[in-house]
Amino acid sequence: MAMATPGPVRVAFWHATLFRRMWLRNLLASIVQPLLYLLGLGVGVGSLVNRTSRATNILGGVSYVSYIAPALMVTTAMALAATESLWPIMGGFVWQRSYFGISATPLGPGDIVGGHALWMALRCVVASTAVAIVLTLFSDARDWGLIPGIAAAALTGMAFAMPLMAFSIPRKTDGGFAAMNRFLIIPLFLFGGAFYPITQLPVWLQTVVKVLPLWHGVELARGFTLGHLSGSAGLGHVTVLLGWIVAGTVLSHRLMRKRLYV
Amino acid sequence: MSQPLVSARGLVKQYGEFVAVDDIDFEVERGEAFGFLGPNGAGKSTTMRMIGCVSPLSAGTLQIFGMDVSTHGRQIRARLGVVPQLDTLDNELSVMENLIVYGRYFDIPRAECRRRAKELLEFVQLSERADSIVDQLSGGMKRRLSITRSLINEPDLLLLDEPTTGLDPQARHVLWDRLYRLKADGVTLIITTHYMDEAEQLCDRLVVMDGGRIVASGSPRSLIEQHSSREVLELRFTPNGDSPSGPDMSGIGERVEVLPDRTLVYADDGEAALAAVHARGVLPISSLVRRASLEDVFLHLTGRTLVD
Repeated sequence: MAMATPGPVRVAFWHATLFRRMWLRNLLASIVQPLLYLLGLGVGVGSLVNRTSRATNILGGVSYVSYIAPALMVTTAMALAATESLWPIMGGFVWQRSYFGISATPLGPGDIVGGHALWMALRCVVASTAVAIVLTLFSDARDWGLIPGIAAAALTGMAFAMPLMAFSIPRKTDGGFAAMNRFLIIPLFLFGGAFYPITQLPVWLQTVVKVLPLWHGVELARGFTLGHLSGSAGLGHVTVLLGWIVAGTVLSHRLMRKRLYV
Repeated sequence: MSQPLVSARGLVKQYGEFVAVDDIDFEVERGEAFGFLGPNGAGKSTTMRMIGCVSPLSAGTLQIFGMDVSTHGRQIRARLGVVPQLDTLDNELSVMENLIVYGRYFDIPRAECRRRAKELLEFVQLSERADSIVDQLSGGMKRRLSITRSLINEPDLLLLDEPTTGLDPQARHVLWDRLYRLKADGVTLIITTHYMDEAEQLCDRLVVMDGGRIVASGSPRSLIEQHSSREVLELRFTPNGDSPSGPDMSGIGERVEVLPDRTLVYADDGEAALAAVHARGVLPISSLVRRASLEDVFLHLTGRTLVD
């Protein structure tokens, strides 16, 4: 007898079927945004930044485009995770009620959470790869470090996707989602180390940023492309990211069980 | 193989202080159509969720296919078909995609899903809609698709929670006809409903639930024989009657039930009862003699009507 397909793979197949109708729009959105930032900030602001030696020193002696390019892969993964782990989770309980449909089959809460994780991992890898390909169009951004950078971006995406899933599962209304975007995702995008070193921030804000996943992913990806990553620092960043992923997954599983099996 | 397909003993479901299902026993035999009849809030859907292995028991035991629901949920669900009260279809997918995705949850190979889907869509007369997006289907079609989907794993037991609630009469009859055929094909059905005509048409045996308890059980016919007269005389009077209990009709028929909008006289011979009413000089604005139904059984057992 053939081996059974793992439950999370069966759930991921559902995600893929839904995605088939809108993959192009989604992929383009994932590419166009970082491209705009790269042109608008990298080239625009960069022309100012690159002119002063003080600014260049703070960036570690590289051009502004080289500095922000790896970070854009990571912020893209974060944005993707946020889009897919807030409203769609509520849809599974309230609008489409798909999770109740799945739980009437042999599959259970673990398969639903695992399926989301698997699907998000795939999406993050694809989206950050697409961004990496676009980045190679810019000579300052082109680097072999973009390849391990994809892994850093995907890990970061997961480090947002799983905790945000846990946040979304118990919600009865979508009231908290817009706030989550406004007060976590967008501020992190601006203050999380993507566009300038966090040493420019007040110390308390640096502490907050260091607890959350984005900065770790950005440092990891940037370390790969600029080649200044030490083994111990890299290990530290990966540990924090994995910590968020594991905590988010375990909590999601528990909350999913609680919401489905009443 | 005399073992029942479903066997519940002392089944209880409690949410905090509220007891949704209060110590019920029942058995469902292979091949029968078994019904839970009762008003909204009677505990039917909660019982159904426990049978579907998605609601942990507060007390009692529940065995399905000889397995315990609290330890073998996965194995049991693999052999169940579930039609929930609210559709859980993927509205933005096509009819065919819905069936394939659902079949994959049971790890049925894609090609086999497609083959079964074609066959089942034929059966529920949705073949020509196979490529339609579910969002564009009518309520009755969505319901039929839900049933189709629940059959994709060729279940040994089909659970239907209020299968026709919210459908227009024509859509209901189409659905009943399909369910009747499934039953004829030997599929075991468990149906919850608050429509007495649905229960009478589809169920070989049913339990009447009220307030989380089973108040009566048997075949529709035996329940009517036990708890009602053969015929019922329905009388309507002008609303502004002097006494709220209506004109005095004591002694006519076996029993008289006064409802807000009409008075029911239970008698084996309805026409004779009507003649007796007329002889007493009571003049209703309308009168109707009909056969007793499960509605009357429910009214007699609980003092309330099924659908308000």
